[in-house]
Amino acid sequence: MSGLNITIEFGGGAELLFGNKKKQEVILPAKEGEWTLKDLIFWMKDNLLQERPELFIQDDSVRPGILVLVNDADWELMDTVKYVLEAKDKIVFISTLHGG
Amino acid sequence: MPACSANCGKNAILKRPKTGDALCKECFFEAFENEIHFTITRAKLFTPGSTVAVAASGGKDSTVLAYVLKLLNEKYGYNLKLVLLSIDEGITGYRDDSLETVKQNRDDYEMPLKIMSYKDLYGWTMDEIVAEVGRKNNCTFCGVFRRQALDRGAMLLKVNYLATGHNADDIAETVLMNILRGDLARLNRCTSIITDSGDGIPRVKPLKYTYEKEIVMYAYFRKLVYFSTECIFAPNAYRGHARVLLKDLEKVDPAVIMNIIQSGESLCVNETANMPTLMTCERCGYGSSQKICKACTLLEGLNRGLPRLGIGKSSKVKKLIEQDDLKRSAAGCCKSKNKSDCGNCACNKNEIKRDLSKAVEELKI
Ligand SMILES: [Zn+2]
Ligand SMILES: [Zn+2]
Repeated sequence: MSGLNITIEFGGGAELLFGNKKKQEVILPAKEGEWTLKDLIFWMKDNLLQERPELFIQDDSVRPGILVLVNDADWELMDTVKYVLEAKDKIVFISTLHGG
Repeated sequence: MPACSANCGKNAILKRPKTGDALCKECFFEAFENEIHFTITRAKLFTPGSTVAVAASGGKDSTVLAYVLKLLNEKYGYNLKLVLLSIDEGITGYRDDSLETVKQNRDDYEMPLKIMSYKDLYGWTMDEIVAEVGRKNNCTFCGVFRRQALDRGAMLLKVNYLATGHNADDIAETVLMNILRGDLARLNRCTSIITDSGDGIPRVKPLKYTYEKEIVMYAYFRKLVYFSTECIFAPNAYRGHARVLLKDLEKVDPAVIMNIIQSGESLCVNETANMPTLMTCERCGYGSSQKICKACTLLEGLNRGLPRLGIGKSSKVKKLIEQDDLKRSAAGCCKSKNKSDCGNCACNKNEIKRDLSKAVEELKI
């Protein structure tokens, strides 16, 4: 079984929590069952997040005020954390909380 | 993926927080822009032929505001002259990038840009202020100075309106804050779409009913470049408790944003409530709820070497200024407000400065 290849992008200041990298290609390790967005969020916390996890995660999801897009569509159209990832998905996290 | 609620046959890309509608990109752009147009026309926000300064920070709200105002001005013939007005606080490494973004806006949207610095307006940069006051109270200075800097800039540019990028989430947050503080005078004012800062140049908020989520999505899908960062002097500040509370509530039901704004709008202040009246500052002439405005008090403190002067209660401020004047006259000081003009007199002597700092400590400001 091989891993799941996806692209993660950050905007609106969310990149500041991830070493200021705006775009990352990642391979999620093969696991039993499907990768949901919730799994991804916690995987990112353990593997990509550089600082202040409380500004990214709250309860079982991202912190309110962080917008998520799946292949350029609002994740609220796709059951948010329950969305099942597919290979080559593009997931974008945009913070609305940072000043400008 | 659900289909667009407008039945245009395309796939939806966004769930609207206000209505719950799922819209495709094109239908979203149209709805977003039309609602702002409706807000502008219903409130008769601008008189045709006017000049409008857009308060531009390089951030998401002001970038979207400048873009949409230009688009609507051309589409509906508002006949407005649009200019960008930016404030340079003088924070090394913070504003440099955002001012670059504003310059990009200037070129992309073909609008003239005026940048005003704290140094020009007040004689101090934020870097210099932080060196005096430390990092604990610098946000007070920055906030107070920025508010007035926009008014002063608008005045200098001789514009008819100052448009700011405050969105629905911002206004709901301000309503909450004013309720939490018991500040009834501001509660009523903060929801108005047009406010007068006392100098005759109205401040307008065309994005008053626009959700922050939609502003960010609009910028994303229109590929508008904006700048977002944390202030280097307050990297962990993010936003206050009211913002966090609001975002948590919004997650449960996005309608709370509009409900809070409507509550703020329809709240009638009891006539017997103690309402501070809005007057103009004796010193600078800009709007203030005190005889001397907050910006002038903070400046006075900085220039006297008493940087914490304006942070405490106004009764203490008066006492401190009197004490300071006494010390200065005893030392043969010229009482100049500006320290640098005062090179020959005794007021720069360290011992007096030390005495004053001690007085401040005693008053526990
Ligand atoms: Zn559509
Ligand atoms: Zn003043």
